[in-house]
Amino acid sequence: MDDIEVREATMAGSGKRARKAAGVAAAKGGTTRSVGPAAVAPPPGRPRPVAPARSRAGQMGLFEGPADQGRALKAAPAAKPAQDAKAEPAAPAPPGVPGPAPAAGSRRRETAESIGRRQRDISVAEFFQKNRHLLGFDNPAKALLTATKEAVDNSLDACEEAGILPALDIVIEERAEDRFRVAITDNGPGIVRNQIPRVFGKLLYGSKFHTMRQSRGQQGIGISAAGMYSQLTTGQPVKITSRTGAKKPAHYFEIQIDTTRNEPKVLVDREVEWDHEHGTRVEMELAGLYKKGRRSVDDYVVQTALANPHAEVRYRPPKGDEYRRERIASDLPREPLVIKPHPYGVELGVLISLLRETKGRTLATALRSDFARVSDRVALEICKAAGLRPEARPRSLGVQEIEALFRAIPRVKIMAPPTNSIVPIGEDLVLEGLKQTVKADFYTAVARPPAVYRGNPFQIEVGLAYGGDLPAEELVDLWRFANRVPLQYQQSACAIARAALTTDWRHYGLQQSKGALPAAPMVLFVHMVSVWVPFTSESKEAVAAYPEIIRELRLGLQEAGRRLGGFLRHRRRLAEEDKKKSYIKSYIPHIGIALREILGLSKQDEQKVVEVLTETLERSRTL
Amino acid sequence: MSQPTVTKKIKGTAEGVHRDILKRRKPSLKFPLRSLSNVKYDPKAGHFEMRGRTKERTLTVSTVKTFAQTLRMMALSKQLVDTDDIATKREAYYVSKNWDDARFLEQPESDAVMDDVEALFEVNREQIGFVPEEKGGEISGKLVIVDRDSETGKPLRIDCTKFGSGAYSIPISVEHLKFETDADFILVIETAGMFQRLVKHKYWKTANCVLVSMGGVPTRACRRFIRRLADFKKIPVYVFVDGDPYGISNIYRTLKVGSGNAAHLNEFFCVPQARYLGITPQDIVDYKLPTHPLKDVDVKRARDAIKNDPFFQHHKAWVAAMEHLLRMGVRAEQQALAKWGLNYVIDRYLPDKLKNTERFLP
Repeated sequence: MDDIEVREATMAGSGKRARKAAGVAAAKGGTTRSVGPAAVAPPPGRPRPVAPARSRAGQMGLFEGPADQGRALKAAPAAKPAQDAKAEPAAPAPPGVPGPAPAAGSRRRETAESIGRRQRDISVAEFFQKNRHLLGFDNPAKALLTATKEAVDNSLDACEEAGILPALDIVIEERAEDRFRVAITDNGPGIVRNQIPRVFGKLLYGSKFHTMRQSRGQQGIGISAAGMYSQLTTGQPVKITSRTGAKKPAHYFEIQIDTTRNEPKVLVDREVEWDHEHGTRVEMELAGLYKKGRRSVDDYVVQTALANPHAEVRYRPPKGDEYRRERIASDLPREPLVIKPHPYGVELGVLISLLRETKGRTLATALRSDFARVSDRVALEICKAAGLRPEARPRSLGVQEIEALFRAIPRVKIMAPPTNSIVPIGEDLVLEGLKQTVKADFYTAVARPPAVYRGNPFQIEVGLAYGGDLPAEELVDLWRFANRVPLQYQQSACAIARAALTTDWRHYGLQQSKGALPAAPMVLFVHMVSVWVPFTSESKEAVAAYPEIIRELRLGLQEAGRRLGGFLRHRRRLAEEDKKKSYIKSYIPHIGIALREILGLSKQDEQKVVEVLTETLERSRTL
Repeated sequence: MSQPTVTKKIKGTAEGVHRDILKRRKPSLKFPLRSLSNVKYDPKAGHFEMRGRTKERTLTVSTVKTFAQTLRMMALSKQLVDTDDIATKREAYYVSKNWDDARFLEQPESDAVMDDVEALFEVNREQIGFVPEEKGGEISGKLVIVDRDSETGKPLRIDCTKFGSGAYSIPISVEHLKFETDADFILVIETAGMFQRLVKHKYWKTANCVLVSMGGVPTRACRRFIRRLADFKKIPVYVFVDGDPYGISNIYRTLKVGSGNAAHLNEFFCVPQARYLGITPQDIVDYKLPTHPLKDVDVKRARDAIKNDPFFQHHKAWVAAMEHLLRMGVRAEQQALAKWGLNYVIDRYLPDKLKNTERFLP
């Protein structure tokens, strides 16, 4: 599936990206526009797409177009239909190409002209309004989680960008039945006043394209989508308080989204007193459902704290005790490097866009400058394999030529990408985090060395806590993470789950039914970091099962399993020693009694028998 | 075996254990292996004999419980012998309840340890003070049993023709009994029902025989009684059981050559002169008997007999008969003869069969 396409322009992280690159984004803001008549979708009354991830992805592709692909396509009016063979069916068709044919076999009810009169811009905001289930707001419980998640991810990313150790305060209050106020406050850099409305009140506000860098991102939707959900379900605006420094005033905004125009509508904009020197608070009121247990907000918060040991986390749930986790790590994680895409991982559509926008004057220099690990020699080899002139002007290449280039890439041997661009949590901190989170008898953490799938560097970390207070008879609790973000849904579709249940845990002394996770008092922590985590769908809930990823996951799980096995064996041996001692203590006296009765021994003789025999047996190693 | 000998054996074994312990060696006890795999059929002697394989129970951490129980069982046995008392298997099991951690949880555990002790000293369990509680079988017919009055010690003559519709019960110990009889043979019957019919119609008078009811697998006392009687008068023993693998391989085989479990005692508790009258697999055909299909356990038992039982393996006729039964896939009970009339068994079947005793299965 076309992961890059989907991800690059998804609303995911649009808000946060806007915050990251506030200035740049402002200029790009206007790029949100219709792609072309054929892409004006979805037609009114179109049935709501249901579950299958692929078709969902396709739809996303459809409205993600505007920011990047649309622009690319406009520059190539001659592009042939469905130029990106790998894109989902709903990929934007180029302008001028007729839309879907009228229902087959029936008489023509409308002409192109009559349809054309009805064709108009569709706002992504409007689209979201109709298809909110695509973006993690399918049901009230998940909506509460998604809204919290978006705000928290934003805060953590912002703090790290600014080099601030994050302190998060998460409050969820039940306002009325099934209605909650979510307020997330961070100590991040804050947002400049004139950007606030757009960051929170406009979808698809800015996005980065070519750069690849490990970030939380990809959580399905930006904070503005959460705001829109809140607006849809309660009619309440999003309330933002933000301050960029001690000498600056704090600003308070109430913002609504004009869903037809996809523009922010500022209801309140005033300066306020705020006791934070810098930071941002987002408040939303939304329809939701608070529950405990797996996939709850509670679990999400605890797991987020675990994956972010450098963050201080405070959480007040609607019911129950406040949760507080001080930071475990006193340093920020190393800043992840931005790397160029590796040719092996590039998709055709991305390649087309790249060559349209490159600053390289010739094809060879474009390849060398825009991709990782492409030397002059490699660039020439690629051109040769594609049958293209290295000195060709990239912009002049037709789609067919670019396709030839695309097909040539796998035939050329290219060095693996640099792996220093990814930043794992680290064995020590995973271990420490698990110890603070779970009360168990045995802990271990394994960090695999970095590896590469389809040109993307990635790394797997596995942690394991066994025994203690964990429930003994249940299947192990599998905690999945991608770039420090807990994944709560779609476990069965995830490569992490697949690797965990195809690992033979019986080798390590656990019980496991075929095709299931082992049954043991155990929490499994599995983390994948990558510049580019391949999710199975735009909802970003499950990691796709590339063989290289499965392999690394297995190796990590097996190492953790081996260590657990060692521990369990040791513990069993101790238990046997104990049993042996109690056995000896219980039964040897009877041998003394029997011998006294048969042989008429004295009490002292009987005692002697017991003593000597006890010594003899305790010395013996075998049972 | 006299009582002092038994006491001496128990003491001897205990002394060995004691000596080993004090020398800081792990003591061990050697038991004959009690299973069918450790017996051979001796056609000359006419019973199963031990092949001499033993198992050694060395005192280790994992065997310490059973070892302690075996020693305590030996102590109990010595006490019974010394005080001329007896205990049933069940009573011995209850005595163990006073042994704290070493007590038995279920009676089969104590039975197994008792069997071990019995085999260890190569004695009959009665000789070490333990008595079975099961009934020993019933007798009716041309036989006078001479017992002793337990108070006066005077001889007591019991005429087995004078029990009317009842019968004489074989006591647990039969060694002291003496017999007077002029019967031509002993007819040993599996079921109480068939025995009742033959007693009711005084078949013993018609056929001049002694009737014995086993009531299932014969007890040791029952086997010993028949053996002593048959030896004493040198009269043949004919066995009349159900025509199924249980009747043949469990009841008849155990009566004739003893059991695999207590093979060291088979010499006394077997009736080598026993011959199989019926119901034979061939009878099912010849008498057109109503049948039931063989159950899975029957099939397993029959196959097991052919494959693993030294007695059946020795007698080709038996292997053929078993295979015949398996081929037909059916079984027939003694009472199936009633199909031809209630007294068909007395009027026709038994007289017919008894005309050709040389054709009885071995």
